Amino acid sequence: MTLEDRGPGPDAIYREELLAGRFTVQTCGDCGQSSFPPRVFCKHCGSAALTRVEASGDGVVYSTSAVRNRPDKGGDHNIALVDLAEGVRLLTRVDGAGPTEVPIGARVKARIVGGDVPHVVFDLVKE
Amino acid sequence: MTHHELRGASAVVGVGLAGCGEAPGRTAMELIGSAAWNAVTDAGLKMTDIDGVFGVSAVHGMPSVTISEYLGIKPSYSDGSMIGGSSNVAHILQATMAIRAGLCSTALVIYGSNQKSASGKLVSSAAEFNPYEQPYKPRFPITAYALAAARHMHQFGTTRQQLAEVAVAARGWANLNPEAYMHGPLSIDDVLNARMVCDPFGLFDCCLVTDGAGALVVVGRDRAKDFPKKPVYFLGGGMAHWHRSIMQMPDITVTAASESGPRAFEMAGMEPADIDVLELYDAFTINTILFLEDLGFCPKGEGGRFVEGGRIAPGGSLPVNTNGGGLSCVHPGMYGTFILVEAIRQLRGEAGDRQAKGAETAIVHGNGGVLSSQVTSIFGTEATL
Ligand SMILES: [Zn+2]
Repeated sequence: MTLEDRGPGPDAIYREELLAGRFTVQTCGDCGQSSFPPRVFCKHCGSAALTRVEASGDGVVYSTSAVRNRPDKGGDHNIALVDLAEGVRLLTRVDGAGPTEVPIGARVKARIVGGDVPHVVFDLVKE
Repeated sequence: MTHHELRGASAVVGVGLAGCGEAPGRTAMELIGSAAWNAVTDAGLKMTDIDGVFGVSAVHGMPSVTISEYLGIKPSYSDGSMIGGSSNVAHILQATMAIRAGLCSTALVIYGSNQKSASGKLVSSAAEFNPYEQPYKPRFPITAYALAAARHMHQFGTTRQQLAEVAVAARGWANLNPEAYMHGPLSIDDVLNARMVCDPFGLFDCCLVTDGAGALVVVGRDRAKDFPKKPVYFLGGGMAHWHRSIMQMPDITVTAASESGPRAFEMAGMEPADIDVLELYDAFTINTILFLEDLGFCPKGEGGRFVEGGRIAPGGSLPVNTNGGGLSCVHPGMYGTFILVEAIRQLRGEAGDRQAKGAETAIVHGNGGVLSSQVTSIFGTEATL
């Protein structure tokens, strides 16, 4: 048995899904764990039985930093690591929050932005 | 206890530096060449005696080949494995294996860069393009380390004052080292009040960007005493890496040094209490705290409290980063070479005002990427064999 190696791969399919407004992660039919970014076999157990599922979008801030820039270079902005409910971690940003206003442990919700270059950001969930 | 076959199998018999700090007008290869010449001369050898080359570079795709050509060496064995700033620390282990296997007899381990004079900014393999990171505009590698520091602070109560202790200690050592790039007083308040770069890091939490090259000559144990300088023996080495992208690091408060360290200690038949002087890759202040924990010098989470009160500064109970570190001595992109050279100088007793008194053992811990590749080496004097 060999892996399918022609046609759009997991990375291209992920981007097509994002363009269509769906944020997906892969889950493993053998070990049940999720993988992100997308890959050709499960990084946890090596199984090829990966399927795409639409992510819940529910996350928790694992860590954060404010990247400092001069105003003429775009000013300061936040960066966050977010743990998704599905068990994967993303490097991302929290929109609508100042550079230093992203509490570790805060609940966040995913949203797709970026038009032709779609990517996933998060918003703070009002408790 | 049975000795690992690599314990004591090689010795460093020559070290050299060149262009550390600023070397305007010099190419990277000229700095590499000068460091090689200085190390080979320190060993009482000629360049033509070198038959193993373990070289790395931030800008050359085939570093050991390019370096060998420039130095006029036709090696019987060479390796240019690129695992970031820990590469040369790994090369000490690889040179020891190659010598032990008879593939070469006299190895040169080397790195150099002119990045301060050439570009003024960090030239680093850690900045390679990742489409899953790039849209969010991280400033790599700094942002990744800042995320680790922020999580460590959240989880263990580590403070910016404790991070600042690391920078202040490094400057204290640099002030005793005439070759260090940064000199002068630096207080906790100076560190806390500096311009923020990537929270929780201010300017002084981040390593320097300098020029510089370093080289070491490694031979088999049987020849260790045939050279003019006191040999320093390789006692143990270990490698580990778990991730390349910071989002793939399982727990960003625990590095793979927690595996590389025990591997090196096991080979050496030692434990942290046996180590006299520590050279830990301090790209950022959090690094020193993480590596003190992960190498077993204090419990996980206690690193911030451990460094308080000048414990790792000159006059403290544990000499750490005695050249002034990447924070205050030298950091030309990949710093592993320079902690190796400092450890050898300490164990030779050549470290002048910053000499750790009576040091017989040293640990060198290299880091690469974004807390990615971790490589530990343990060295000792003849008394430790
Ligand atoms: Zn699996």
